[in-house]
Amino acid sequence: MEKILVCIKRVIDYNVKIRVKPDETGVVTEGVKMSINPFDEIALEEALRIKESGNASEVIIVSIGPDDSQQQLRTGLAMGADRAILIKHDEEIEPLTVAKALYEIVEQEQPGLIMMGKQAIDDDCSQTGQILAQLCSIPQATFVSQVSIEGDKATVVREIDQGLETLEVDLPAIITTDLRLNEPRYVKLPDIMKAKKKALDVIESSEMKTDFTSAIEVINVSPPPPRESGVMVEDVNELFAALKEKGLVS
Amino acid sequence: MSKVLIVADHFDGQLLSSTSKAVNCGSQISEDLDVLVLEKGSEIASQAAAIDVVKNVLSISNEAFEQPIAAIMAPVVAEVADVYDYILLPSTTFGRDLAPRISAILDVNQVTDIMSVEEPRIFKRPIYAGNAIQTIKISDGQKILATVRTASFKELGNANNANVIDTEMPSVEIPSHTRYGGVQSEKTERPDLQVASTVISGGRGVGSAENFELLYELADKLGASVGASRAAVDAGFVPNDMQVGQTGKIIAPDLYFALGISGAIQHIAGIKDAGTIVAVNKDADAPIFEIADIGIVADLFEFIPELISKLD
Repeated sequence: MEKILVCIKRVIDYNVKIRVKPDETGVVTEGVKMSINPFDEIALEEALRIKESGNASEVIIVSIGPDDSQQQLRTGLAMGADRAILIKHDEEIEPLTVAKALYEIVEQEQPGLIMMGKQAIDDDCSQTGQILAQLCSIPQATFVSQVSIEGDKATVVREIDQGLETLEVDLPAIITTDLRLNEPRYVKLPDIMKAKKKALDVIESSEMKTDFTSAIEVINVSPPPPRESGVMVEDVNELFAALKEKGLVS
Repeated sequence: MSKVLIVADHFDGQLLSSTSKAVNCGSQISEDLDVLVLEKGSEIASQAAAIDVVKNVLSISNEAFEQPIAAIMAPVVAEVADVYDYILLPSTTFGRDLAPRISAILDVNQVTDIMSVEEPRIFKRPIYAGNAIQTIKISDGQKILATVRTASFKELGNANNANVIDTEMPSVEIPSHTRYGGVQSEKTERPDLQVASTVISGGRGVGSAENFELLYELADKLGASVGASRAAVDAGFVPNDMQVGQTGKIIAPDLYFALGISGAIQHIAGIKDAGTIVAVNKDADAPIFEIADIGIVADLFEFIPELISKLD
């Protein structure tokens, strides 16, 4: 195939301890480390491996978000993507809107394969890939932990609740990636320098056909209810007694 | 009264408890609850008719539904959904795969992982692996499409005898671009992870696939199911379908044992709703102790045999 399109999202780094803002309008992002959504990074790694194995000639990365998302796109370019597109939009938007905007890019670029993470670790929605697949009327393979490309077909293994499912899909298709698919490469300094010269197109969301108005109202964001603090016991007998007291063993 | 449609999740001839939990969520919105069953035969429809509070079971039987392929099912659900105000699916891999394609066809935003119904159009849902809770409102006049976080709702009783309505397959195109190649599944006699009242999970600290035998032995003494942390699955000790956590299964047993699990936030996201969490780890500083109800610093290979003999 000619092109693979990989969709990446800028999110709070997965190692950061999330804090809810005191006014409950969201979570604290000021001064917090941001990264490529780890599932998307795995998708990009897989796309690069497909290209390196000779099954694709170009890897394009696309993101939707604030101007700072250029940092994550530059990281993606340093990993090895050939060029990047940023659809610049400052407010949070729902997956349906994201997918519609991505659909415009798909129409333009006509990729043979579209890849992204199975979910973003901020909103945990797990929707965009599937919505985009339906908008494009193409097959989807979600939660994928193994991919092999043969001509105009992809065979994948999906991690589902009941075990490992195998699917074969015609290309073009959308693959959303799970954690066990691969381990993304480390970016080396010379690659970061090289990435600065690669093309990164910025499109304002207002220039697109998609309506970016948000349709879901977020009333508030609150911390989860705390669990009551626990007790430490010394040995199995004490544990057994504690469980017995709660009626959990007889 | 609002009309609610729940799409049934089933596997290998069995209706899954996740369906009943989604019905429970629906019952907090309206009493007008129908379940849609897409299957090859008719056995799932009769199982769905037994779920308490269900009014009708719409049964569409077709060869195309032999396997749950989202691209095939979504246009069918979207057709049936036309007369409904709410379409709910369990937030299992089945529901998460299918629901967004329905969202695209109906052109309505989907709500992922409803954890509580505050008002008929106001819901709570977890974000950041459950480290924050979002309260959202869907504006009036819009159809509501959502997945239901199964750990937040109890399974209903099975004493009902709802109408089963054989429903004609809508005339939609059945794509042939996706071909099913089977599921590799571990057969086990132990209760299902998402249903079991007691779950024993092991982490990296268990050390090997062979050492997991000790956990199975303990589980069988307690009638428990066995789960694992991502680290244990990544290390190849156990298969992926045993993974508990943000990207595995989210469970709510009455009693949970975390054995040799350090307690990454992604794992904790999967067990927050457990009744009592017992943590056993030889590292006294393991973060799992911060959320455990009962903690014990011990060597697993001394602790587990001792507990087993105590249960004899």
